[in-house]
Amino acid sequence: MEWTDHAIVLGARHFGEGKLVAEVFSREHGRYGGVVHAGRKNQPILQAGNVVHCGWKARLSEQLGFFHPLELAEPHATKLLDDATALAGLSSAVALIRGAAAERQAYRQLYDALMVLIEAMPDSEIWPALYTRFELGLLAALGYGLDLTRCAVTGENQGLAWVSPRTGRAATYDAGAPHADVLLKLPAFLVDTQAELQPGDVADAFALAGHFLERRVFDHKGEGMPEARRRLIERLGFAGRL
Amino acid sequence: MRSKSATAAPEIEALIALLAKVPGLGPRSARRAALQLLKKKDALMLPLAAALAEAADKVGACSRCGALDTQDPCALCANPERDDGLICVVAEVGDVWALERAGAFRGRYHVLGGVLSALDGVRPEHLRITALLERASAAGVREVILALAATVDGQTTAHYLAERLQPLNITISRLSHGVPVGGELDLLDDGTLFAALQSRRST
Repeated sequence: MEWTDHAIVLGARHFGEGKLVAEVFSREHGRYGGVVHAGRKNQPILQAGNVVHCGWKARLSEQLGFFHPLELAEPHATKLLDDATALAGLSSAVALIRGAAAERQAYRQLYDALMVLIEAMPDSEIWPALYTRFELGLLAALGYGLDLTRCAVTGENQGLAWVSPRTGRAATYDAGAPHADVLLKLPAFLVDTQAELQPGDVADAFALAGHFLERRVFDHKGEGMPEARRRLIERLGFAGRL
Repeated sequence: MRSKSATAAPEIEALIALLAKVPGLGPRSARRAALQLLKKKDALMLPLAAALAEAADKVGACSRCGALDTQDPCALCANPERDDGLICVVAEVGDVWALERAGAFRGRYHVLGGVLSALDGVRPEHLRITALLERASAAGVREVILALAATVDGQTTAHYLAERLQPLNITISRLSHGVPVGGELDLLDDGTLFAALQSRRST
């Protein structure tokens, strides 16, 4: 069994002395692990967020397998090493994929969304909002997508401002106002790509996506939300970008 | 009672099993090392056993910097000729030894005990960060040098520390990333070249 694909590196950990177990997220094959020889050549390549061109081989499909060849295609991680907030965003996105995406299952749209996010990260103005869209995309890819197309009460598709924390369906401002204390805020930029980002929108989007990621994904797995996500929110707050 | 698969006495097998856990040795090389030790019992095995026992008895982590030594504070912390105003933060004790080999730093060290890692579940409370903040806030400290790996985890830790140290109003610096001494440009990976160009300086 073998395949060759472009993939985003999710991380690598030592396996014995001379080897690493690397984990990548490829467009056509999803999240895959494999053994790689540790060394000066491979360790810089296997930084989370880098895009690699890799081959995966194993005698039997259920085996761990190994990566060969493994070549750096885009050194995204290196480009972000000096940007504390972008690095936190990259670590969080990678931690979410590692924690939530099933192994060896292709998530093509999610891969594309992660690639767009990583490529946008040098632009500090736009990526935090893109990141929250990525999280909603992750929920959708896992089958827990929110219904933000129309109001669950009136059926209207304009003026959506709330999301039910139970059903994940949107509501217009007027329909949801009486229950504002229990509803989650829906920032306009999540339903209208032309909407201008307002102060507090990114924080609201983090709260919205975080609520459903925690309850629908990580609680089910018996795990807490990744620490990297908490650090990202802390870092964005520190940088005044929430 | 010797098992069928064991070729040596249980004591020798136990020695081989323990040696195989030492970095650099696998089961085969541990077997060779055990054989060599047993052949040179007086010249090698007994002095090694004594050295191991002595090191286990006397070596411990320095309460100030976290490096390993037989005295507390360690020789580096106790040396009055080193500059108290500079603290170099490293991930592991091996990094202290590497910097000391280079002989380029004459200040104090602080060993964190690792780096933050989402993959390995290492959080700030698992590292010696509180002790670093206490040391850095002491009078006379001018600069903290973050000598951490140029990896996502290493730099995430460096940024986290920089954020925590910022209120102390001291200089916070980090090692530069780029072309290694003796490195040829056409042999460097794209990431290193990018980092080298980013951190270029005027001559």
